[in-house]
Amino acid sequence: MNSLTDQQLAARVAQDIPDGSYVNLGIGKPTHVSSHLPEGREVIYQSENGILGVGPTPAPGEEDVELIDASKRLITTAPGGSFFEQSDSFAMMRGGHIDIAVLGGYQVAQNGDLANWATLDEKFPPAVGGAMDLVVGVPTIFVMMRHTNKDGSPKLVNKCTYPLTGLGVVTRVYTDLVVLDITPDGFALVELLAGNSLEDVQSLTEARIHT
Amino acid sequence: MIDKRVKDLNEAVSQIGDGAAVMIGGFGSSGIPYGLIDALVEQGARELTIISNNAGAGETGIARLLKEGQVAKVVCSYPRSPGSVWFERRYEQGEIELEVVPQGTLAERIRAAGAGLGGFLTKTSYGTLLAEGKETRLIDGVGYVLEKPLPADFSLLRAEAGDRWGNLRYHGTARNFNPVMAMAGKVTIAEVRHLSGEPLDPESVVTPGIFVQNVVEYGVRP
Repeated sequence: MNSLTDQQLAARVAQDIPDGSYVNLGIGKPTHVSSHLPEGREVIYQSENGILGVGPTPAPGEEDVELIDASKRLITTAPGGSFFEQSDSFAMMRGGHIDIAVLGGYQVAQNGDLANWATLDEKFPPAVGGAMDLVVGVPTIFVMMRHTNKDGSPKLVNKCTYPLTGLGVVTRVYTDLVVLDITPDGFALVELLAGNSLEDVQSLTEARIHT
Repeated sequence: MIDKRVKDLNEAVSQIGDGAAVMIGGFGSSGIPYGLIDALVEQGARELTIISNNAGAGETGIARLLKEGQVAKVVCSYPRSPGSVWFERRYEQGEIELEVVPQGTLAERIRAAGAGLGGFLTKTSYGTLLAEGKETRLIDGVGYVLEKPLPADFSLLRAEAGDRWGNLRYHGTARNFNPVMAMAGKVTIAEVRHLSGEPLDPESVVTPGIFVQNVVEYGVRP
């Protein structure tokens, strides 16, 4: 079956970020989205550690150790950017001022529930960061993730088995195989990666994909 | 005459006793008061509750306090970071207690403590494991969780510049939790890269000196 690489997946998500948006990119795979924004769009990226206007990676020799994003990567400041403290940063999220958040996920359920902060493994410490604040405050939540776990088990499920991050919060899911919207009926097909059959993708998905 | 300057890091942390709740500013490696933490390791206070966004990485900062066995409890949003080996070791062996708090709720609980509020209602965590055992309320049909203030005995901060009145200014994303923690510590101690007897420009002050009890110069950047 054909599947997208992480960079191709990031590029696919970037196509759906409108000009003029304020966007929060979660740690991990979502951080790649900003490098694939189509020409001609101006988007301001917020990072929850306290910056609006996350710019590209600094050139060698121009790094500032006190200028990082939420993934702890060294960054630069984009034109029009600003710095602020944590309670302001989360007021931007919870107060509905950010337009889109792109998050990773362990599981997404057909009703839009998201699980992405804790597993059932007691030896593996939970880590929530800003995910729970983002999902309750940001109106559009994109989740990007592999379609299945490494062992082939589904991540798009009828009901999440991992602890929830938020209830009914996901807008759209991007996987390496498919783009799906959350609708009142459940997962609705937006796009199937060329060369794959819906039957094959459905066989890797616990919940039903509606067309 | 007000003069909040202390002569060195050791004097700055000398009041911190066993069992103290200590807030530590910073996010990742940015805005962490490494000098004050190193002094706290030398000073040796134990059974500490550490309130910070992360739980340290590598062998420095909060990771050093964990390595030396000085920490009984960590309150944070994101303990598991690349290189957080000392946290993971202590956690796996059941040697520390962990309270995970969503990052925005962590900031706001700290702010509530500093601002004299009895708590606040937030949609964050409603219906999840992190809301279990907490009071909830429906407002206009939306579920909210009651979150209580989170104070500390001491707040340890890092700033770019400070003056003898305790006013602080930050650099880049090193601001993060430092201003809000300044309000919430009974005793707030700031290490600053440049400390001056002359006043900072009032227009540039981010943390007003009223929130800060001690400032100490520590010019080393991480």
